Amino acid sequence: MTLKSWKELPIGCVVSEPGSASEYHTGSWRAQRPIWNNDKCIKCGICYVFCPEGCVQQSEDGFFKANMDYCKGCGICSHECWPRAITMVEEG
Amino acid sequence: MGKRIGMEVAVAVAEAIGLCKIDMAAVYPITPQSHIAEHLSDLVADGIIDAEFVTVESEHSAMSAVIGASGAGARSCTATSSQGLMLMHELLPIASAMRLPIVMPVANRAVSGPLNILNDHSDIMPQRDAGWIVFFAENGQESIDLSIQAFKIAEHKDVMLPVSVNIDGFQLTHMVEPFEMPTQEEVDQFLPPFVPHATLHPAKPVTMGAFAMADYFPEIMKAKNEALKDSKKVILEVWDEWSKLFGRSYKPVETYKADDAEILMLTMGSMGETAQMAIDELRAKGIKTGLIKLRLWRPFPFAEIKAAVKNAKKLIVTDRSVSFGGPGGPVFAEVKSALYAEATRPAIYGYIYGLGGRDVTVHDFVGMFEKVLADKGNSSVDTSEFWGVRE
Repeated sequence: MTLKSWKELPIGCVVSEPGSASEYHTGSWRAQRPIWNNDKCIKCGICYVFCPEGCVQQSEDGFFKANMDYCKGCGICSHECWPRAITMVEEG
Repeated sequence: MGKRIGMEVAVAVAEAIGLCKIDMAAVYPITPQSHIAEHLSDLVADGIIDAEFVTVESEHSAMSAVIGASGAGARSCTATSSQGLMLMHELLPIASAMRLPIVMPVANRAVSGPLNILNDHSDIMPQRDAGWIVFFAENGQESIDLSIQAFKIAEHKDVMLPVSVNIDGFQLTHMVEPFEMPTQEEVDQFLPPFVPHATLHPAKPVTMGAFAMADYFPEIMKAKNEALKDSKKVILEVWDEWSKLFGRSYKPVETYKADDAEILMLTMGSMGETAQMAIDELRAKGIKTGLIKLRLWRPFPFAEIKAAVKNAKKLIVTDRSVSFGGPGGPVFAEVKSALYAEATRPAIYGYIYGLGGRDVTVHDFVGMFEKVLADKGNSSVDTSEFWGVRE
């Protein structure tokens, strides 16, 4: 992505395209990633409810996974998962 | 041509804002600004202007409300003073960064502590770096003229910045002065409808005040700085137009008997007229004194200041607030800084005076001139002196 010069910025830095925040992939901030153990998962959806990024999605089989373009690796899903089905694993 | 009337200046400022057909005002009352809030509220309640008057619970809310309203495309104004302006401080750079043309008269009053309600400039000076256009009015006529001009300048497509009009609390706000109030037709002719650069509207969603990290933040700051510096061109154009329409001229730096003056004084706000009397008194004794009145504080008029002082041997810069532990007065520091690279420049002296409403007489200005005239040194001092403070 080419960064704009100060002369190219829109007045007041108004963002005129609705929903354009989705082009910004916050997943690049991540230091840890959540790994689901579906043997322990009871499909309660608490990870989906608590994800502050809204990036946890339910698959057709009823299990959950995170969209890694946006998952910041905050670990809230893992913390809230009471059957302890989600483990945070270091990236890299 | 408007009628010549007598009116309290704060009330007249509210009348002038009414003539600008604002869509919205959110003003929290605070001495000595309250009469602006009260009269604007009256104008709305009496149906004289078609606007929303939002009764907010604080100045922080007032500034937040006008930011929201301006973002929605409303011609918006607020007004405040002292602690109220300090409470707004957090939001002032946001209004300018979002390039919202809000107009705000400030009834200048000392900032606590100790608690004081009277006039000095210690409320506006801490807002110096907020990215607003800042005017200082010298009398009632200027207070209303600048308030009307402020909307045209702020809303100009090449400006889109908020403007504060500084009006000395009590010394100006509570005086009943004679002046010429423009007619509605004249203001309508002068001030076109507000065309916002963007609006918050469901039909065309936009984001204002979005997050920006280190990859964009410096570019955004530079763009804002350039916008504020560039606003001077429009300010001069609007003042030129005002002069043609109303016969009253406005300049970033006004001078009085300055051309042949060997010793100059610089004032801001209402004290200029008292200083002029001191200059007349000293001129009558054959001392070549002159005055510079700084009307435009931001964007700072570097070229005009340099031109105004180029022939003087000594310059007294007066301040009505203190930059504690630093150069003394902020105006003193800025004027000295502006003249640093000049090959020839006057020796610069700074006096801090009239704090917390302390009376300043013609005699005080004469005393400053006499003290500086008697000084044999020819170099600028580091810091301003407090004038008239008991030892």
